[in-house]
Order: sequence, then C-alpha cells, then structure tokens
Amino acid sequence: MIKLENVCKNFGDLQVLKNVNLEVKEGEKLVIIGPSGSGKSTTVRCMNFLEEPTSGHVYIDGKELTAKNRTRIIRESVSMVFQQFNLYPHMTVLKNLTIAPMKLHHKSKREAEELAYHYLDVVGLRDKAHVYPTTLSGGQQQRIAIARALCAESKIILFDEPTSALDPETIKEVLDVMIKLAKENITMVVVTHEMGFARQVADRVVFMADGQIIEEGTPEHFFINPSNDRVKQFLGKIIR
Amino acid sequence: MSGIFSARAWGKVWAYRQSFLLGLFNTARTAAFAILLALMLGIIFGLMATSGKKILYGISRIYVELIQNTPILLQTCFLYYAMAFSGHSLGIILTGIIALGVYTGAYMAEAVRAGIEAIPKGQFEAAQSQGFNYLERMYYIILPQSIKIILPPMVNQVVNLIKNTSCLYIIGGADLISLTYSFVTGENTGGAYAPAYLVSGFLFFIICYPLSKIASTWEMYLKRREQRTAPVKRTTEGEVSGNE
Repeated sequence: MIKLENVCKNFGDLQVLKNVNLEVKEGEKLVIIGPSGSGKSTTVRCMNFLEEPTSGHVYIDGKELTAKNRTRIIRESVSMVFQQFNLYPHMTVLKNLTIAPMKLHHKSKREAEELAYHYLDVVGLRDKAHVYPTTLSGGQQQRIAIARALCAESKIILFDEPTSALDPETIKEVLDVMIKLAKENITMVVVTHEMGFARQVADRVVFMADGQIIEEGTPEHFFINPSNDRVKQFLGKIIR
Repeated sequence: MSGIFSARAWGKVWAYRQSFLLGLFNTARTAAFAILLALMLGIIFGLMATSGKKILYGISRIYVELIQNTPILLQTCFLYYAMAFSGHSLGIILTGIIALGVYTGAYMAEAVRAGIEAIPKGQFEAAQSQGFNYLERMYYIILPQSIKIILPPMVNQVVNLIKNTSCLYIIGGADLISLTYSFVTGENTGGAYAPAYLVSGFLFFIICYPLSKIASTWEMYLKRREQRTAPVKRTTEGEVSGNE
C-alpha cells in the first residue's frame, strides 16, 4: 500500500532521513517510535509529499508519487491527522468535514453532510456540528480532525504525533477513537510516544534513530524482548 | 467675497453645484475602475510573492518596489505624456484608471502578502494533505482567513485611491479636485475659495468615511464569528443552522 524506497531527506546540510526503506501493507497498523529528531515525522510526511524526498521513491498503491501527480493521489488515497489538529478556524465543524468531500470528491451537500454526521458519531461529537473549532478543547478538536480525515474515505491515514499537543486527561479520548478505527480495514501509520497504544493496536512497530530505521518487529518483540541496545535504552526511559 | 461666511460665495457654489457633482461623478467612476484594477493586481502579485517560486517572487518585488518608491504624480505624468508623445494617447480617464490602479495595486499586493504570511503553516499543510491544489487551497482555506488581516490596510488603500484622484489635476482631469480648482480660479466663478474647498472636502468625506466604517464593522464581525459557539443566523450556504 505504501512503499518508501531509499528515501533521503536533507534540510540544508542536515541529513534528516538516511536511506529509509519501508513497506506498509494494506490494512496494516504501523507505529513509528523513536527519540525526537530521529526523522519519524519526516518519514510520514514523505508519505504524502508534505516533504518531498531529496532522493529515493515513494509509492502509494503501486503508483510512484511525483510532484505532478501528488495532488490527485493524495486526494484519492491518503489522509493525515496532525499534532496541532489544523482545523480550519473560519469554518464550522460541519463545514470542516464537508469542504473536501464537496469540492474535491464531487459529493452533493446532502451526501457530504450524511458522511460528516456519520463520522461525527464515530468520534462521538455529533452535537458539535455547528460550532467553530476554536471553541472546542484540544481533545475534541483532534477527534474532529480524525473525523475530517475519515470523511475523505481514504485507504490510508497518517497520524503525526496526534496526542503530543494534548492535555494528559484528553489523550485517552483521542486514543480510544484511534483504537476503534484500528478495527477497520484502514491502513494506519502512526507516529507516537504512546507505548500503550502501540502495544495494543500495532501490527508492527518501527524504531527510528538518527534518520534511520534501527529495528522493526511485532509489539511483543519490542516491548517484551527488545534486542537492540538503543531500543532498550529508549524504552527504559519512557516506560516507567 | 471669499470669506467663509459670505452668503454670496456660498450662493455661487450652490449655483454651480452641477460642476461639483460632475467632479464627484468623475472621481467616483475613475476610482471604481481603478479599485477593481488595484484589487486584481494586488491579489495576483500578492499570491506571486507567497507562491514560493523565486521568479514570481522576484517579479512581484520589482513591481512593488518600483511603484512604492516613485511618486504617483510622476507615474501619472509618465503614463500620460510618454504615451501621448509616442502616439498612443490613452485619454485622461483611462490614464487615471491605470495609473491609480497600478499605484494602489502595489500597496494592495503588500497587504495580501502580509495577510497570507500571517496564516499558520499548518493550515497550508492541512489543505495540501486533503488534496487541495494551490489555487483551491488559497481560495477555500487561506484567503478567507486572511481577509480580516487584509481588510483594514486594503480599505485604507481604497480611501487613499479615492483621494489620489486629485493627481489627475496634473494631466487636466475632470475629477472633483480639478473641477474645484477650475471653479475657484475661473473668470466668472472665481474667488469663492473657502466654500468651494469645504464643499469639495465634504464630498470626499461622505464617500470615504462610510467606507472605513463599513470595513471596520465587517472586520469586527469576522473576528467575533469564530469565537461564537454557534452561528446565530444563516450560514453562507443559506441553510438554517442550529442543532439537528
């Protein structure tokens, strides 16, 4: 479904990604963990070309992503949930959810709104349809952002640290929604520091450090019996 | 007879009121077309400046800097006389529209650029990640948010443009200021300086003041809207909103 082939990314002199190779299967839940600055976010951002790789190839559903076709491919197949939610503040929640289906996926207003209400139910926020996003709490905004991503009905949803900007008490409501999603056949790539979540939903966990994938495996392998010292050190620091 | 309290002078202004109204009409007409031109140029060059393409950015900068750092009188004269002597006279009205439009467009471009740059990067990314292309992104997501930032400086520029129609005097325009000047210096009408300029100023004021007022009201409305928990009236789509 997603394939990164020898992907490198430089920001000026800084090499952020060094030859990353990664394949994600259809319906797979992949969790990327690692210390900050290790290139996790850049890796997922390469998957929808928010960052264009300096070299290497990105394939979505067998088709290579290029500067030319990216808008079409992203529109059809890839959605994203951001750390800072990035809801559109000038639109009501309902409009946030219906704008892309109406303008990009050529759905009628009625169809788009039915879809929106359906996914508002999924995230449990139907009663917020007519408010503006800034009046909501962080956790609520992120659940709306997830509903917005779902409204595109893409096969792939990328999550870039979806709970890192939230208060501790609202993290759970967002994770619960994501756990619910994980039961669907959506391909999910999640960058997170939530090890409990990784353990519970990941089919596979990838550990990155210094712009490279150091280790990958099942959650059991990672959390019960990590072989790599760097991984052990990292997990030792964040799991108490 | 030129005194501000001279009934004769006021009477003369009243008798020639048509002349003032004609000037007002010419000013308004020139300004209206020039505003349209300035808006178009402002949006195009403002978008070019924020497109991330070096060449477009460069072109936009050259336009803005050249126009902002030379006097509008010079630009007007240049356009009028240079064109006239090369045999392509544009006429006073058209020259006025182009000169004022191009001049104000440079300031509008700066307002648009600042308005776009003030929008957080995340908004661009969210729109891009949904599959909006550049123009869709600007039209649906970015510019509607920029409006409340762009609006105040833009209305200032519109007001300036209306006042700057007075520059047309230099090329023999028939705008409000030019006609006022003809009136006070005319053989038959001359002398009523104070009443004539007061009337002229009043006419400018009654156009420009409401514009500033409307703009600040609109700006307040846009700012408040996002703080509300639910839209009170109808939304832009026309449906009656409220809880389902």
